[in-house]
Amino acid sequence: MNTLILTSIEQGLIFSILAIGVTITFKILDFADMSVEGTFPMGAFIFAKFITSGFPPAISTLLTFFFGSLAGLITYTLNIKLKIKALLSGILTATMLYTINLRLNGKSNVGLFEFDSIYDGFEPVIILVLIVFTVKILMDLFLKTEVGYLLIATGDNETLVRSLGEDSNKYKLIGLMLSNGLVALSGALMSQYQGFAEITMGTGIIVVAIASIIVGDTILRNSSFLKMTTRAIAGALIYKFIGAVAIDLGLAPTDLKAINAIIVILFLSYNTFSPVKVKKMKKIKAAEVAKC
Amino acid sequence: MLDIQNLSKTFNIGTDNETQIFNNFGIHINKGECTGILGANGCGKSTLFNIISGVIMQEKGIITLNGKNINSLKENERAQYIGRVHQNPSAGVSPSLTILENISLSDKKCQKFTLRKLIRKNKINEFKEILKTLDLGLENKLDVEVKYLSGGQRQSMSLLMATMNKPELLLLDEHTAALDPKTSRLVMDKTQELIKTQNITTMMISHNIKDTIKYSDRIIMLDRGEIILDVRNGHITEKELLSIYNSRNYGSPLTEAV
Repeated sequence: MNTLILTSIEQGLIFSILAIGVTITFKILDFADMSVEGTFPMGAFIFAKFITSGFPPAISTLLTFFFGSLAGLITYTLNIKLKIKALLSGILTATMLYTINLRLNGKSNVGLFEFDSIYDGFEPVIILVLIVFTVKILMDLFLKTEVGYLLIATGDNETLVRSLGEDSNKYKLIGLMLSNGLVALSGALMSQYQGFAEITMGTGIIVVAIASIIVGDTILRNSSFLKMTTRAIAGALIYKFIGAVAIDLGLAPTDLKAINAIIVILFLSYNTFSPVKVKKMKKIKAAEVAKC
Repeated sequence: MLDIQNLSKTFNIGTDNETQIFNNFGIHINKGECTGILGANGCGKSTLFNIISGVIMQEKGIITLNGKNINSLKENERAQYIGRVHQNPSAGVSPSLTILENISLSDKKCQKFTLRKLIRKNKINEFKEILKTLDLGLENKLDVEVKYLSGGQRQSMSLLMATMNKPELLLLDEHTAALDPKTSRLVMDKTQELIKTQNITTMMISHNIKDTIKYSDRIIMLDRGEIILDVRNGHITEKELLSIYNSRNYGSPLTEAV
C-alpha cells in the first residue's frame, strides 16, 4: 500500500480517538474545552514516564486514560466550583499541564524508540483499528445507557436534567473526564507511533479535533443514520488524508497549520452555503412570505 | 399544602442595583387547587416560582410542602415533589433526543440513573398509551427528535413529562404565552384535564385574565412583591379583575381581558 495513504490512515485512526473525546465536550456538552491542548501531550508524557519506569506498554497506555481524566477533573473544578468561564478554565488547565508535562520526565522531548510499544509485532494499523473499534463500541453503548442519555440531555438542557432529580454538574464532570481521558489515550498512541513524546505536540490539537468533527458532520449531513462516533472517526480520517495529499502535492510540513485552518474554513462555509441548504432556506423563506 | 412564611429576597445586594422583591411575604396554597397568579412584569411572580423550585435561594423565610421543610433542598432534590412547565416550550424537553428518549428519561425521574440501557422495549406500549392522552398523534412519532415538533407539541410534551411522576405541586410559568391562541387553548385544556384527573395542586402564572378565570379555583394578584388580591374564583368578574390590574400596574393598561 502507498506509504502516504497508510500513514494518513494510521494517524487518522489515532486522531479519531482524539475526535471522539472532543466530541463529548464540543458536541454533546457544548463546552469549549481547551484543556485538551495540554492533555494530548500529557498522554504522551505519562506513557513515557511509565514505559521508562518498566511498566508494560498496554498498562502504560491504559494508565494515560486515567491520568487524562484527572485533567478533566481540574477543568471541572475551575469551571463549576470556582465559577471560572469554560474557555478560560480549559486554558488554565492546559497551561498548568504544560509545566507538569515538562516536570514528568524532566525534559521536553523523550525518545521512545528503544522501549516497547503496543504496536510491537503487528502492523500499527491493525492495532489501531482494534483500539478505535473498541473505543467506538464502548462509547456507543455508553451513550445508550441512562447515564449516557443524561450526558446528552445536560448539553441540551440542564434545567431538564435538574427537573429529573439529577445534578447536571455531575454529568459535566463525567463528560469532561471521559473526554480528557480519551484525548490522553490518543496522545499516548501518537507518542508510541512517532517514537517520542514532545512538549509541542499538543499545540493546535484542538483545531485538529474540531476540524475532524466538522468534516465528519459534513458527510451525509442530513442522515441520522451515522452515529456521532462514526462521524468523528470518518472526519479524522478524511481530514488527515486531505493534509497528506497537500503535502504530497509539494507543500512543506510547516504549511500544515495553515492548511488545517483552511480545511476547517472550507467545510464550515460548505455547511453554510451548500446548494442543498441554500435551496432549503429559500423554500422556508418563501413559505414564510406566503404565510404573511 | 404549600406554605411560605416570612419570605425575603433582594437581588444585587450591596450594589446600586439592589432591588428588594419580597419582604416578609407569606402565602398558603391549598391541596388540590389550581391557583392563578396575575401581576405585571417585575412583580415577583417568576421569582416566587424560582424560590419555590429552588433555582434561587431566599435570604429569609421558610417553605414547607405537605409539612416538609424544603428550604435546604437543592433544585434537583425538590424535583421529586415539584414539577414545572416553563414559558419556553424547549425548556422542559431535551430537543436533540427523540420523543421516546425524552419520555423514557422522564419515566426514570427521581430514580437512580444507572449504566443500564435507557430504552426498554417492554415500556414502549405504556409510553404510547400515555402519549395518546395528548391527542396529538405523538405516539406514532416516537423516533422523531423533539426539536422537529411544533411549539404546542413540545409544550404538551413538557407538560406530560412534568406530571408523569404525579408531583405534589405543579408550577405553570406562563406556559402558554409563547403559543398561538388556538394551540394555547389546546394546551390549557390538556393542562386542565391532567391536573384534574390526577388531582395535582397547581400554581399557574398567566397574563391571560380570561384563562386565569376559566381554569383557576383561586386568583391571586401580586404587585411589587405583595399580594393585592386573593379571591376564590366566582367571587370576582373579569371587569373587576381588569380594573384592579390596571389600577395597580404600571405600563400601558389592558383594554380587554386577553
